[in-house]
Amino acid sequence: MTTSATFHPLARLLHWTMALLILAMLFIGVGMVGTVSPKHSWLLAIHRPLGLAILLLAVMRLTIRLRRRPPALPGDMPRWQCYLAHASHWLLYGLMLAMPLIGWAMQSAGGYPIMLGDAWRVPAILPENAALFAWLREAHRYLAYLFLLTILGHVGAALYHALIRRDGVFQSMALGVRDRGRVEEDTDLVEEAEATTSPPRPE
Amino acid sequence: MLDPLDTPPSPRLAWRWITIGVTVGLLAAAFAYVAGWLTPRRLTPARIVNALQDNSGLHPGFRRNHAKGVCVSGYFESTGAAAPYSSASVFAPVRTPVVGRFAIPGGNPYAPDGGTPIRSLALRFNLADGQQWRTGMNNSPVFAVATPQAFYEQVLASRPDPATGKPDPAKLAAFFAAHPETAAFRTWAKTAKPSASFGTENYYGLNAFYLIDTASQRHAVRWRVVPEAHDDSPSAHAADDSDYLTRDVQQRLAQGPLRWHLLLTLAAPGDPTNDATQAWPADRTSVDAGTLVIEREQAQDSGDCRDINYDPTVLPHGIAISDDPLLPARSAAYADSYLRRTNEEAGAPGAPHVDAHSAERKP
Ligand code: HEM
Ligand code: HEM
Repeated sequence: MTTSATFHPLARLLHWTMALLILAMLFIGVGMVGTVSPKHSWLLAIHRPLGLAILLLAVMRLTIRLRRRPPALPGDMPRWQCYLAHASHWLLYGLMLAMPLIGWAMQSAGGYPIMLGDAWRVPAILPENAALFAWLREAHRYLAYLFLLTILGHVGAALYHALIRRDGVFQSMALGVRDRGRVEEDTDLVEEAEATTSPPRPE
Repeated sequence: MLDPLDTPPSPRLAWRWITIGVTVGLLAAAFAYVAGWLTPRRLTPARIVNALQDNSGLHPGFRRNHAKGVCVSGYFESTGAAAPYSSASVFAPVRTPVVGRFAIPGGNPYAPDGGTPIRSLALRFNLADGQQWRTGMNNSPVFAVATPQAFYEQVLASRPDPATGKPDPAKLAAFFAAHPETAAFRTWAKTAKPSASFGTENYYGLNAFYLIDTASQRHAVRWRVVPEAHDDSPSAHAADDSDYLTRDVQQRLAQGPLRWHLLLTLAAPGDPTNDATQAWPADRTSVDAGTLVIEREQAQDSGDCRDINYDPTVLPHGIAISDDPLLPARSAAYADSYLRRTNEEAGAPGAPHVDAHSAERKP
């Protein structure tokens, strides 16, 4: 069976855009709760609309991912590495949907109006409930930490493919790489690891 | 393709591993730095709230400041007079429901009412369009400090001495000497007597904001509410009564609603918007935006105000924060205090247990 050796160009564009946005959101998030300076207010004003934009992009991205089979992982990768790659990718997809939804839900439960900019308000998705707010707010924090850890592992793995194994996995997600197509010997439904947030390195 | 296991270790390969380690390590370190984990001296919301909590002791479920209070509700009847200055729908000639809270400062929910001359009123206006306006006001016409750092130092200087249970006068004196901007507040505090009623006080928003009109013009503003009731003759409370304020509100509301006028004071060019220790000159134009009518009260441990964070930066379209550095600090610190107390209410793991009030009560 013939599959592409690289991700769909739109998938690659989304990947790198979202990589930047999500990393920015993690830093904006901890930055704003860690300061009493005016940064707190303007970071919070960016955080909400950007978070909801990520939700939209994540839905788009998942739709593409479910419709188009991604390039396969190299056949000689150890099983545990393939397993980790798949598990971490689904965790990343889960978190990029869950984080904005939890943010939205917790602000609803806290009784806050959810303003995107000065005039535009999105509706609450949960009734006001302080206990629910507390649980969701804690989830927003600890899942953010899990998100960062997963991303760190993902960056490490991508660089491992790019620098140590040099097996084309990184190239499959890199921007500006032309899709050459390749014949797959192995159609085990193995997926290709996605590359990450670090700049592509020429090999 | 190279298999790393088949190639002899080379210095180049070592460098590649180092590159990977450094990239991942730098990202992690940058995150920890931005979060404030590497800089224990940076003033964070959590450190301010810890300091407040250290002064008053831990009272799970209660606000970490202004812990003692009472929930109230009613409405705001706008005259429409402020509509030329702000497009906020609360200033159209309409009635907007309000959930409020009267309180006294400090983190001790059992503090005696006569122990401080400061009284506060927090309000949440629920606008018809789903937007909100939240504000927290005190009865002093100026605030003691202008910056979060000074606020923090004041909290540290006010820490009760374990021996006397009172702040160390020497530390307070040193704080005031180092902070001359506190002078106007201290002058007020010297003559202010603890009022016998919440209902007879002026409450000042203190921080400056902007009203934004339909032409997107900004007007720097400070607001206050001015009571219609003036009689605060000590309504028959015994000298040793330390909880008279709530009883007074109950008694007054049993007779009928309490009313305040919401006055919006517009700045003249040059009036400071970033310094809550300085009052604006008395001749500035004030607009009477309407009447705040308080009709009902509820106990704060079950009332509607309990689960509200009166974050003064929650504003409707048509009102915006100014460059006052206290505003973002209040927003950040109130959120931290709110998370602590809602965690305690939720019984979240690790959160201090909310005790029965009688058991919690300290002499
Ligand atoms: C990809 C999406 C998102 C990411 C990665 C993210 C990340 C974060 C992080 C790391 C924090 C700091 C947590 C802490 O240290 O306690 C945070 C806080 C916060 N997030 Fe998000 N967030 C996302 C989406 C949203 C959305 C959509 C909203 C609201 C509509 C939201 C509202 C908030 C609020 C209000 C806080 C701070 C609350 C406070 O001051 O206590 N977030 N977020
Ligand atoms: C940086 C300076 C300030 C800090 C750090 C601070 C801190 C706090 C905290 C932690 C709370 C408890 C919030 C909650 O759990 O809901 C609180 C309540 C309150 N503060 Fe401040 N505060 C500051 C300045 C001010 C100023 C300038 C005013 C007056 C204009 C003010 C008025 C109030 C009022 C009225 C409440 C009680 C709100 C309620 O009844 O729920 N505070 N403050």
